[in-house]
Amino acid sequence: MTHKIVIIPAFNEEKNLPNVLLELKKYDPSLHIVVVDDGSSDRTAHVARKLQVNVLELPFNLGIGGAVQTGLKYAHKNGFDVAIQVDADGQHIPSEIDKLLEGFRDGSDVVIGSRFIEDSEYRSSMMRNIGIKIIALVNSLILGKKITDNTSGFRAFNRRAISFLSKNYPIDYPEPETIIILGRSGFQLKEVPVKMRQRMSGESSIGAIASIYFMIKVLLAIFIDIFKQYEEVSNYE
Amino acid sequence: MNDRIQLIAILVSLIIAGTIFQLIRKKKLLEQYSLLWFFSAIVLLIFSVWRDLLDRMAGAMGIYYAPSALLVIVIFCGFLLFLNFSLVISKLTNQSKDLAQEIALLQNKLEKLENQSFQAKDDGTI
Repeated sequence: MTHKIVIIPAFNEEKNLPNVLLELKKYDPSLHIVVVDDGSSDRTAHVARKLQVNVLELPFNLGIGGAVQTGLKYAHKNGFDVAIQVDADGQHIPSEIDKLLEGFRDGSDVVIGSRFIEDSEYRSSMMRNIGIKIIALVNSLILGKKITDNTSGFRAFNRRAISFLSKNYPIDYPEPETIIILGRSGFQLKEVPVKMRQRMSGESSIGAIASIYFMIKVLLAIFIDIFKQYEEVSNYE
Repeated sequence: MNDRIQLIAILVSLIIAGTIFQLIRKKKLLEQYSLLWFFSAIVLLIFSVWRDLLDRMAGAMGIYYAPSALLVIVIFCGFLLFLNFSLVISKLTNQSKDLAQEIALLQNKLEKLENQSFQAKDDGTI
């Protein structure tokens, strides 16, 4: 019996959150869910409490990385075996969690849900697609392993990865950077194809014009990551 | 011309050194952050007073106009200070992030405990 927890980082998502939570509960009523309210100015925390899930309310905005890490710290302290990261905007389909969990069967530490392994309905701007491809290429070269969806926020971590990330989590561009950091520390990463929806409402954190800027910053951060020293996977049980 | 800039340099370094000394004395500036400031001020003062040293240094650096060497040294000191600030800010950012996360976790724990004791009272078990 594995204890699973779903971590939902949420910043001003009072509109999308109820649907996401109801969907998750429908998928598995026994699921332990924790919403990390990243210093929202709307009623995100209130909405989450109403739907009777655990709420971790950050006193001010830390950004997605700091929010996810809060959830991972919670998961670590409470001894969960698997943590699944799900976005609060409704992009991720709860029933696809099964596919993530399947991915652990071969002893992987981290399973990433990818939009790009199979042709999904996901469409994005051209600039953004080019950026995603370049980051994928760089990450794959560094890790010697193909990772297609480095910006996916639909991921699952095992106990070792939870323990590691609750101590080391990059703040700025958490998705692509965690992949590098985990890979270079010796964690086994795996991608599985998943379906994703277009977001229901609200704006993505990365606009079309900002894509190039984002890409350059991510590549710089990854470049620096190569030279950082990391703790080894063997330090974590 | 040379004399005037030396006078100004001495005056400014004295004011800087004095201000820093005052701030430390009044405990407005923490010692751990003031060392580099103090060091910079003293270096400036030494160079502005001991003109010969500046001339020699300028010669060694291949600078013909000695006060320019002073400027180079000032910029170097400023650079060290900025770097020091970045280090301090990075550390503080990390600490405030950890604190915010810890607050969120503790608040959650508190909520759970409050709910528990509330239910316990309802059951009449306490």
